[in-house]
Amino acid sequence: MPVLTPDLREQAEAMKSRYPRGRERSAILPLLYLVQSVEGRVTEDGLREVADILGLRTAEVEAVATFYTMIRLRPTGRHVVNVCTNLSCALRGAHEVYAVAREAAGLAPDADVSEDGAVTVHEEECLGACDAAPVVQVDFANHDRVDPEGAREIVATLRRGELPEPSRGAAPRDFRHASRILAGLEEPS
Amino acid sequence: MSRTERIVTANWGDPDVIPVDGYVAKGGYEGLRRALGMSPAELIEELKSSGLRGRGGAGFPTGVKWSFVPQDTGKPTYVVCNFDESEPGTYNNRELVEREPHQLLEGLAIAAYAVQSHTAFIYCRGEFLWPGTVLQRAIAEAYGEGFFGRDVLGSGYDLDVVLHRGAGAYICGEETALLSSLEGFRGQPRLRPPFPAVEGLYESPTLINNVETLCFVPHILRRGAAWFAAIGPEKSPGTKVFSISGKVERPGNYELPMGTPFRVLLEEHAGGVLGGRALKAWTPGGSSTPLLTAEHVDVALDFEAVQAAGSLLGTGAVMVMDETDCIVEATRRMLQFYAHESCGKCTPCREGTWWVSRVLARIEHGYGRPQDLDLIVDTADNMLFKSFCALADGAASPIQSSVKHFREEYERHVAERRCPFTGEGPGGVEPDRSPDEMGAPGREPSEPVFLDLGEVLR
Repeated sequence: MPVLTPDLREQAEAMKSRYPRGRERSAILPLLYLVQSVEGRVTEDGLREVADILGLRTAEVEAVATFYTMIRLRPTGRHVVNVCTNLSCALRGAHEVYAVAREAAGLAPDADVSEDGAVTVHEEECLGACDAAPVVQVDFANHDRVDPEGAREIVATLRRGELPEPSRGAAPRDFRHASRILAGLEEPS
Repeated sequence: MSRTERIVTANWGDPDVIPVDGYVAKGGYEGLRRALGMSPAELIEELKSSGLRGRGGAGFPTGVKWSFVPQDTGKPTYVVCNFDESEPGTYNNRELVEREPHQLLEGLAIAAYAVQSHTAFIYCRGEFLWPGTVLQRAIAEAYGEGFFGRDVLGSGYDLDVVLHRGAGAYICGEETALLSSLEGFRGQPRLRPPFPAVEGLYESPTLINNVETLCFVPHILRRGAAWFAAIGPEKSPGTKVFSISGKVERPGNYELPMGTPFRVLLEEHAGGVLGGRALKAWTPGGSSTPLLTAEHVDVALDFEAVQAAGSLLGTGAVMVMDETDCIVEATRRMLQFYAHESCGKCTPCREGTWWVSRVLARIEHGYGRPQDLDLIVDTADNMLFKSFCALADGAASPIQSSVKHFREEYERHVAERRCPFTGEGPGGVEPDRSPDEMGAPGREPSEPVFLDLGEVLR
């Protein structure tokens, strides 16, 4: 089964035309996001299809995909919760926020996806919103000044199948939807 | 002008300037109109005489940078806006885009016209999902109003603007790594020369400017170079958006004249240190700039004065630590960042950042040895200026500066075999983590050697 339907394959071709002729390789990250919007992560099948679209070897695409943390090659929850623990957030208690988010997701020490598949909790580097420390992102939508209780509530809300309201902008429906927005194909609802 | 006039943040708080109509109603795109009436050479002269210096970290004069882009290569010329804002503590680019996206787009169009480029890319940090969406809408509006596209404002000049989203890699804020990433490769830096101005994106002449830098450009066109040059110190004219965070009462972005003393930013704008506690340490420009201390509270925040004080203005991102914060833990966390974000291309950076973060962890957790201080300083010396890009230099900054200013605090960690702030370590409270997690060596060190190579290789 191909990852991309004929419709999506057509969109993929159009994405290549954002870049100058002969420079279509530049579309590799948007195309990986496109695959991720279908698979909820990027599998080997997905890598192969991106390679096929760009006329590259699968290994060349894999080399790029493994470089970027937002391209998820491992199993991933429906939602991705990023907790910044870099200095400005750490000074405001981010380590506890991260610990509580993991606990609320019921994660074992070496796991990063909750057993119900609802959330991946990920320790993040600086998210560029340090005035609002500690910062948490849910599918890349920002939540400002999140204390440990707030983190527990965010994770619990997601596990109930609801979306917590972000501090600015609109929330993507889930990680797949976020990936589709990042591919440049859609806006948040 | 009054000392407190804001330029690029003047309209913050007015949501009407987000859509194009509101921006135009406030005089928006008048700068572009004026620029299109000038020759590119005149425009570059105007920028040069304004004295504007790049706000992304290096402080290079913007007009001079524009003049370096050759016009006779027969290749297309590209402009790339660096919106991969990810230096820890830095968040003014994001807010500039969220609150007034057309200010950036106007500056970008003016820069593109100055170097006669017809294709501009905005490299937007992947995690900035919402700011990227704001930009995407604004770009569509700018096309609709004839500010982008064919025959911009009837001038005969064509410009296409493409939003390109990154995917989570700090190193892509480094300009040559950004270009590799934009070309569809791993975001690894390239050796310079050739510089991007000559051989940048797709081996073609490329101008790369930071978001904040470009935001100043429309104002210089609207109000004139002389007006801008008269603000702030002679060598670093204009204002700067300082991002202040950490242990302060009112963290936020504050636009102040270059050369404003740190004390004014901290006390008058950010409301002082959180809870009235004493200032301990601060970064003038993100975690890659050497730490300064309470002794430096009167340092003027401009390129020259901060350098004279032993640090760098960098991105103007001030992270504040108070008397209750452990400097070893802060430095360890900063090194964890560099170890994670090192692209792995250059050995001094890839190995140095990782090993120093490990050694700092064992010092923090009470397993450090007296010789570890010399070890980390020596390692930092061997990282500095030995890699393709400045990531390792940035990582060396917190190591060297924290040991320089707070050596006693490191020594206490080692002597007491615990963190004096948390009390955790073999010389204090038993932590609830295993010694292995805390960076403890596999066996208690007894000899002043780190590793017997013969033993390892047997």
